[in-house]
Amino acid sequence: MIELQALTKRFGPFTAVDDLSLSVGRGEVLGFLGPNGAGKSTTMKMITGFLPPTSGRIQVCGHDVGTHPREAQAALGYLPEGAPLYPDMTPAALLRFCGEARGLRGQALRSAVDRAIERTELQGVTAQRIETLSKGFKRRVGLAQAILHDPEVLVLDEPTDGLDPNQKAQVRALIREMSGDKVIVLSTHILEEVEAVCSRATVMAEGRLRFDGTPAELRQRSRFFRSIELHLEGSPEGAQAALAGLEGVESVEPLEGSAGRSAFRVFPRDKRALLPEVTALAHARGWSTEHVFVDPGRLDDVFRVLTRDGAREERPGTTFEQMSSEAPAQEEATR
Amino acid sequence: MNGTLVVFRREFAAYFSTPLAYVFLAFFLVLTGLYQWAFMGFYQADQASLQALFSGLPWLFLALIPALGMRLWSEERRSGTMELLLTLPISVPQAVLGKFLAAWAFVGVALLLLTSEWATVAYLGDPDHGVILAGFVGAFLMAGSYLAFAALISALTKNQVLAFVVTLVMLLVNLTIGFPGVADWLGGVLPAFLHQTIKDTSFLVRFDAISRGVLDLRDILFFLSSVALCLFANAAVVDLRKGA
Repeated sequence: MIELQALTKRFGPFTAVDDLSLSVGRGEVLGFLGPNGAGKSTTMKMITGFLPPTSGRIQVCGHDVGTHPREAQAALGYLPEGAPLYPDMTPAALLRFCGEARGLRGQALRSAVDRAIERTELQGVTAQRIETLSKGFKRRVGLAQAILHDPEVLVLDEPTDGLDPNQKAQVRALIREMSGDKVIVLSTHILEEVEAVCSRATVMAEGRLRFDGTPAELRQRSRFFRSIELHLEGSPEGAQAALAGLEGVESVEPLEGSAGRSAFRVFPRDKRALLPEVTALAHARGWSTEHVFVDPGRLDDVFRVLTRDGAREERPGTTFEQMSSEAPAQEEATR
Repeated sequence: MNGTLVVFRREFAAYFSTPLAYVFLAFFLVLTGLYQWAFMGFYQADQASLQALFSGLPWLFLALIPALGMRLWSEERRSGTMELLLTLPISVPQAVLGKFLAAWAFVGVALLLLTSEWATVAYLGDPDHGVILAGFVGAFLMAGSYLAFAALISALTKNQVLAFVVTLVMLLVNLTIGFPGVADWLGGVLPAFLHQTIKDTSFLVRFDAISRGVLDLRDILFFLSSVALCLFANAAVVDLRKGA
């Protein structure tokens, strides 16, 4: 449904998106993660036909965005970053305008507007000027506009940015509810959001794809994945050495325990499950276990490794330093 | 209904959704009235014509049209709604045309209200209605040219004030070189062909001819083609500077 082929976008000397290829199919909810200036928004602007790519091709539902932008745009709904809307219009008028622009008329237009208002729960504010609405309502008007024509493809640029936790939950529920038979591409820098709504997670940095897999796989990349946190009462003699001696243990780190307790983090070799071995050892040694916790992996840790350390490996140090300090500023300037 | 009409309807309605439109219209009518009745001495002249009014319009439009046109694109760019507008299945030329036509129609409303002056001279005397009609047609065409230029400048910046000032200065230059005294002086310094070119491209000279009742096809085509040229450039600028 969405095909990106060797997509590249340069702003002067700055490469915002660098040879990106990606294919997203029906039913997928794809999340773009990445630091500011990674090229997420630029990619979305190209998919929606707002910005022309420097090179490469984009297809949306079989329509080439470069040669048939109107057809591609008709098949997709788009929530631009920050949900820009005409402040002097009412949500009802704005939705009518967008519906008319999408070729809806008469009864079809009325029912599309009503349905979008209902799905985004805007009933109470349809006759209020948009500039008087709260951030949460504005975002919902932006979403309503995107889903108005029940598009096959939805592109949402930071749909929950700046919303309070309740509003975030609401928007996520809406996205989950709409998935199913659509293609949804969204960007976020809230890592948990990817797990909450996405079936597929990608991490972008410096215009390149650094990771493409399921959110669970992303978590498993963490060095903490399946590491075991063990809190013991007292300070049993030789505990650290005993843990380190277990089959399959890579290393053991002592942690700061609370008063009268000791704590360790046991890292497994090859991400294997160590819980049976660790509990068996504790039992055999007669340790009194206060607390055992198997770490599911940490997204922020993976995110840092993918977006920062990855770059160090790929590029010479000086180049990276320049890129990382200049890139976000550059993208700000080009907006 | 195609994209141009959809954009036109939104934009035209947008003028009347804020007090700005009414302020503009009131300002326009008060200024034209003052100019014709107080400044040009309508009664003293004792002529059943709107010649005095029309002579002032190019200068009045100079102040009012840039104010009307400055927000056309810079506001879209500043607030980011350009991204919303241009990712709808509407082409850039359709959006450019729809916006321009809405603004032009708004000027049409202002000129329509100004026909109250026409009714007044018709009541007081026996004017040449053909000349007055030509004057209104000429005023509408000239306003269109001003507006298309204002829209083009507006597409170049997200700063409305800058758009206003640049448009005003450029239009002022255009008007000034067509002003009789300046035109004559230029005739003495510039080579003949250049002087002629400048005179030919001056809105003032063209409008003067029409408002005297001479509806020359060449003058009409001049205004329409200047609109077309500006809108063409406007679309190109919007297309090229979308991401900027």
